[in-house]
Amino acid sequence: MTYIPKPAVRHPGLGANELGLHMRDYEGTISTLCAGCGHDSVTAAVIQAFYELSIPPHRIAKMSGIGCSAKTPAYFVEQAHGFNGVHGRMPALATGANAANRDLYYIGISGDGDSLSIGLGQFCHAIRRNVNMLYVLENNGVYGLTKGQFSASADIGSRSKRGVPNKSEPIDPVALALTLGATFVARGFSGDKQQLIPLLKAGLMHKGFAFIDVISPCVTFNDHVGSTKSYLYTRHHGHELVPVDFVPIRSEISAPSNNGGRTSITMHDGSMVRFRKVPEDYDPTDRLSAYEHYRSLQNRGEVVTGLLYLDPSGEDMHDDNATTSTPLSEMSHEDLCPGSEQMDALMEEFR
Amino acid sequence: MPEPGLDMADRTNDFAFKIGTVNGTGSASANGLIMQAIFRMGIPCTGKNVFPSNIQGLPTWYEVRVSGDGYSARTPEFDLIVAMNPATYERDIADVRPGGYLLHDSSWPMAKEFLRDDINFLGVPLGEMCVREFKGARVRILMKNIAYAGALAALLSMDLDVIRRMIREKFAAKPKLIGSNYKAIELGYDYAMEHFDCPLPIRLETMDATSDHVLMDGNTAAALGCVFAGATVGAWYPITPSTSLMDGFQRFCERFRKDPETGERNFFIAQAEDELAAAGVVVGAGWAGARAFTPTSGPGISLMSEFIGLAYYAEVPSVFVDVQRVGPSTGMPTRTQQGDIAAVAYASHGDTKHIALFPANPEESFHMAVEAFDLAERFQTPVFLVQDLDIGMNDWMIPKLTWDDNFAPDRGKVLGADELERIKKFYRYMDVDGDGIPYRSLPGVHPKGAYFTRGSGHTSRGTYTEDADEYTEVMDRLRKKIDSAASEVPSPAIEMREGAGMALVTIGSCDGAVREAADILESQGVPVDYMRVRGFPFDPLVREFLDAHELNFVVEQNRDAQLKRLLVTETEVDPARIHSVLDYGGFPLSAAFVAGEVNERLGLTPDDRKLRPAAERPEGAVA
Repeated sequence: MTYIPKPAVRHPGLGANELGLHMRDYEGTISTLCAGCGHDSVTAAVIQAFYELSIPPHRIAKMSGIGCSAKTPAYFVEQAHGFNGVHGRMPALATGANAANRDLYYIGISGDGDSLSIGLGQFCHAIRRNVNMLYVLENNGVYGLTKGQFSASADIGSRSKRGVPNKSEPIDPVALALTLGATFVARGFSGDKQQLIPLLKAGLMHKGFAFIDVISPCVTFNDHVGSTKSYLYTRHHGHELVPVDFVPIRSEISAPSNNGGRTSITMHDGSMVRFRKVPEDYDPTDRLSAYEHYRSLQNRGEVVTGLLYLDPSGEDMHDDNATTSTPLSEMSHEDLCPGSEQMDALMEEFR
Repeated sequence: MPEPGLDMADRTNDFAFKIGTVNGTGSASANGLIMQAIFRMGIPCTGKNVFPSNIQGLPTWYEVRVSGDGYSARTPEFDLIVAMNPATYERDIADVRPGGYLLHDSSWPMAKEFLRDDINFLGVPLGEMCVREFKGARVRILMKNIAYAGALAALLSMDLDVIRRMIREKFAAKPKLIGSNYKAIELGYDYAMEHFDCPLPIRLETMDATSDHVLMDGNTAAALGCVFAGATVGAWYPITPSTSLMDGFQRFCERFRKDPETGERNFFIAQAEDELAAAGVVVGAGWAGARAFTPTSGPGISLMSEFIGLAYYAEVPSVFVDVQRVGPSTGMPTRTQQGDIAAVAYASHGDTKHIALFPANPEESFHMAVEAFDLAERFQTPVFLVQDLDIGMNDWMIPKLTWDDNFAPDRGKVLGADELERIKKFYRYMDVDGDGIPYRSLPGVHPKGAYFTRGSGHTSRGTYTEDADEYTEVMDRLRKKIDSAASEVPSPAIEMREGAGMALVTIGSCDGAVREAADILESQGVPVDYMRVRGFPFDPLVREFLDAHELNFVVEQNRDAQLKRLLVTETEVDPARIHSVLDYGGFPLSAAFVAGEVNERLGLTPDDRKLRPAAERPEGAVA
């Protein structure tokens, strides 16, 4: 259905962002996903996050693999390059693109099959490399396009549409990301845009690998009674551990009048993440503390959400490599080729 | 003269020897010293490292061919073998040609059953001498290697000054080691001079045939090509025999691409988690506008095939260097073969076809590496540089590489911000110029350049499709595009000979052996023409050449005649004209094998070299 263009109208009541662009400028083609799909809510939140951050659309690069989630980059920011690659391999494409041009905003959209089964290795190694990107995992516990097989994130005992319980241990992407050293780890719920948008904004502005696991129910294959990735289950078991606000560097900081347990963390570019309430014995910049809190709540059967861990040091794979600040893709041949004199000198060393 | 002294004709600057040692004992530096000394004496030579897939303790050999005439192919006939590994004594002794020499460590007695009375045994008490002169087990082992080099210097009449100078250069930073190395050379040299009739009939004599040359392996040369071509992103997963290519790229980049003050680097190397990811990094970087490449070998090509198909269909420039080793599967990782020709030509599922370049030696590895990036960007497609272990890891004598500072890379049809601003609408896969090559845009440049890159069915406008006509339109254009590369890839190397009635056709590192075989055949009264294929899709000249010869022997190093099959499929030449000569045991090809095979097919015995009319040839002979 993507060949049907969207009507180019916009609501007169909607304002422009700092670039003079409207929300419409951050939209994409019409979604072909099922009505009520959680992924469409994530797409809407992504659109709003980009709009609010006033990021020039063409400075965004949208990366994805294969699956329902992988289709969604077509549904936001049409004026950005998108790369819908092969199944489970988006992290490698994103790594390469970022290696070539470090100045773009990279957003990767993946799914639980894409990231936790066929692409588990790539997911892990993108974290290890600390690619500067926002990696969104639209997690529904099920393979949609192939009609309802369990994915690797399906909980034990969660029932398929036909009532068959899953018996294999799930792979938890949040625990994995915390363990592997991701520098930003969060979980959101597609049904809670208020929470998701600041998470997306903070993740986009974070320098380094930002990971957001978004519980995004599959209305067609995994939204029934007995499923642990349904809207109902997530609403009942959701536990917002650390709600945050994202305060971009450009905005004036005006603290909302929330009580106690508030923490602010300044990010590499001067923008700020403000944790609205943080439990007393929990430090979101301490990996071990974050992991312990996450595991203990999870053991109580709660679906923990919020920004769970943040390393604000602002390092990424280019810092490790000491890459020059000019994007490699923009360097001239003169800058790159050693030239004939060097060649002649070099040849004497091979005699 | 305690040794028997069997007669051998004078073979100045025309012989072969090999050194059998145990891997991990440091013999490589002694062997390199010997090879380099011969080269610096101005005598053409090549070295082949026959090594195990192992770190320490297994047999390894270093083979040197000295050829004043400039022949570079491996020869399996050894005039002298230095047997330093008791575990391979039996094999090494059997490998010496009758009348030849075996140099061994006589510190311990040699088993009687190994002895041959048709070769000369030259015993040197290397172990004993080194134990006497040096302290410490490691030093004694290392110096024993240098000592056999000294003995060889006396036996072969190597220039001692050249050797001493090389030792001084090598240990310039550790002058303490110079003395002990000098001493070890003298130990071997003096013993040989005293006990044998030096030099042997196989001996060296200074020439002036190497002053414009260097000794270089093909992986180093290809790495240099990547640097000079302006490649900025390299991704890889370590695999023999391609690893030294990325080592080389890193070394050259650290030297030429790093700001000496800030330490900032104009390159990015990703050691990926596997070859799938390495290919993905290359495709991602190519998509974003960098020149990117990955070095790998056959097993890596198998894993990369998924991304290769994506890059073909989504039209992303990318360079894959395949340093072939023996397959299938893990095969023999440290042996050479040309077993990936068919795999790279059509890598990945569905209808694909890829541009491939086939260097014959490190000089071509360098130039074709540069060309690979131009072709990849001009045709917006994966390009394969296909070499093999023999080219990649062995030291070849090649003319000094030169660089033309007027070189300007061909970045292909990439629309910049100004051009995008001017055009009404950008369609990524539209054949605007009618040459099958569309225009592309890079992310981040201009909002009008945005498009959705995908490996799923797409239209010429870049949108998703499941429509038969829209899909077919793009696929037909892709065929046209790749076919048009036939006249842009390097044209075949052709050598015609007076009176030739048939031809030898080959590819890659077989070059030296097959050209030498042509000389042998001519000397036997069978002149043959020669063609070496250098690129795929095949240049129209390839078909012309095959058609012009009633009999084409296609010489290649794989079991299934992959080049021959590709020639028959792609050129539609009459298969009856094409016959295969195949060698695939893992060693570099020899001229004697090729000449022997051709003679056998022609029904010629060694005593009957003249080509007989077809009617008189024995049954079963070809043509």
